[in-house]
Amino acid sequence: MSAVRVAQPSVSADRWSPATLMPPWWRLYPSRILTFWLVELRKIRHDRTELYTRAVQPVLWLLIFGETFSRIRAIPTPPGISYLAYLAPGIMAQSALFIAIFFGIQIIWERDSGILTKLMATPTPRLALISGKAFAAGVRSVSQVVVILVLSAILQIHFNWNPLHLLGVAAAVVLGAAFFSCLSMTIAGIVLHRERLMGVGQAITMPLFFASNALYPVKVMPGWLQGLSAANPMSYEVDALRGMLLGTPTALPLDFGVLAVAVVAGVAAAAALLPRLAR
Amino acid sequence: MTAEIGLPEGAPPDGRQLPVACTDLRVSFGTVQAVDGVSFSIAPGEVFGLLGPNGAGKTTTIRVLTTLIRADSGAVSVFGYDTRTAAMLVRHLIGYLPQQLSADFQLTGYENVWLFARLFDLPRQQRDQRIREVLAAMGLDDVRERLVSTYSGGMVRRLELAQALVNRPALLVLDEPTIGLDPLARGDVWERVSELREETGMTVLLTTHYMEEADTLCERIALMHHGRIRSQGTPAELKARLGPGATLDDVFRHDVGTAIEDEEMTGGGRDVRRTRRTAQRLG
Repeated sequence: MSAVRVAQPSVSADRWSPATLMPPWWRLYPSRILTFWLVELRKIRHDRTELYTRAVQPVLWLLIFGETFSRIRAIPTPPGISYLAYLAPGIMAQSALFIAIFFGIQIIWERDSGILTKLMATPTPRLALISGKAFAAGVRSVSQVVVILVLSAILQIHFNWNPLHLLGVAAAVVLGAAFFSCLSMTIAGIVLHRERLMGVGQAITMPLFFASNALYPVKVMPGWLQGLSAANPMSYEVDALRGMLLGTPTALPLDFGVLAVAVVAGVAAAAALLPRLAR
Repeated sequence: MTAEIGLPEGAPPDGRQLPVACTDLRVSFGTVQAVDGVSFSIAPGEVFGLLGPNGAGKTTTIRVLTTLIRADSGAVSVFGYDTRTAAMLVRHLIGYLPQQLSADFQLTGYENVWLFARLFDLPRQQRDQRIREVLAAMGLDDVRERLVSTYSGGMVRRLELAQALVNRPALLVLDEPTIGLDPLARGDVWERVSELREETGMTVLLTTHYMEEADTLCERIALMHHGRIRSQGTPAELKARLGPGATLDDVFRHDVGTAIEDEEMTGGGRDVRRTRRTAQRLG
């Protein structure tokens, strides 16, 4: 090695200490989540096509499936609640699920294009990076909540329009989307390829949807399916949504508790597998 | 240059610590020994080049240095901070440009740099000014509100340099900064890097497999092949061993036994795929 050259001009020493370089964790995590949240909003603003095309599916579910099944009266609903009103919260959760499942594909795309590598080389802990992505999925799915609420108003579905309840609805959908995006990113960390993830994604979204109370009450399911539904965070999300929008009897603390635990577990699992994507 | 970038803020209070000290680094992927006992160090303010064909282990070495992967054995420190035990600090000191074109095409130029300003915890009052500074320095002032999807390959690369510079890194790490670019854009990128260096005196570590570029830019180089450093020194030193008129290509052929072009054909498939993807994105 050639001779080491003279020192660089000195800069104040406190700029150099870990304390001034890194914010404490309780500021770092909210700051990173907010960053990814804002970035997602910017992306939505620049390209609204996804917003519009995503709105088509829930509209079809409510207008075609919902209207038809309302006439058949095959599905028992709680007294005083039409099937359309019963279905709307389920479709809300379902469309958030479909958006969230896309996030694993996005993280693989970001890995292939080098974006992920660069993000991981910034002072952003893995847990904060995954949390940021998960809540970005939440932001995107809130747009679906708005679409379905507007449509429900047009269809004259009798919801509880109390703003506090609507905030709770948004919170439940954000938590649900955060969990399912983590599930998708976890699978991304296992399969590593977009094509495989698409296959797995398709294979799990429908069972997650059908093995839940989104379309029909749990009590009409066979016993084994009831078991699956009880283990499916989607059911707790729909349960919370129905409780807040329709006033059906629900255990909100249990619903939000299960969702929160699921999100924490999902973030941990996806973050643990993230290094596989950095290779 | 249109704007002042300023001195690296991450520079250590004294110059005692080497920007990079890498000792006996080993990394394997399955049965492939990607890096096989690499040692080198970089002096403050130096432009150091890691050279070699695709699959030589350059990118893997850089990934350990940028804390993206862990080494099986050996150690790398950046300004005296161990990449394993002080990863967050190391990341704060580095500006990193990966091999692929890694700007987010769904955002504007300004937003791309803004994202990194936030991820590096730049104080809110300084953020906007700093972002405009680096964008101006990279000649992207007029296009900063345009979506990156409308940028040319050379512009994307300069934007990524702006992203890597927004935290005023003490060490700039450039992994194949000119890969996939046309000669004009390549010259432009190197010109910006040289200007930066002259103004800030920051330490630069770069990898390339363009020997002529390394020859003119790097003060010291290490030739890598199959995960090992075959020779290192100043370009002049390396060439002088072979007598007058020798090029770095000759040095490589002499030390490794084959020409670097032949190696390209057999070199690591991962890098080749990456390069192709980059070329695809450039359209």
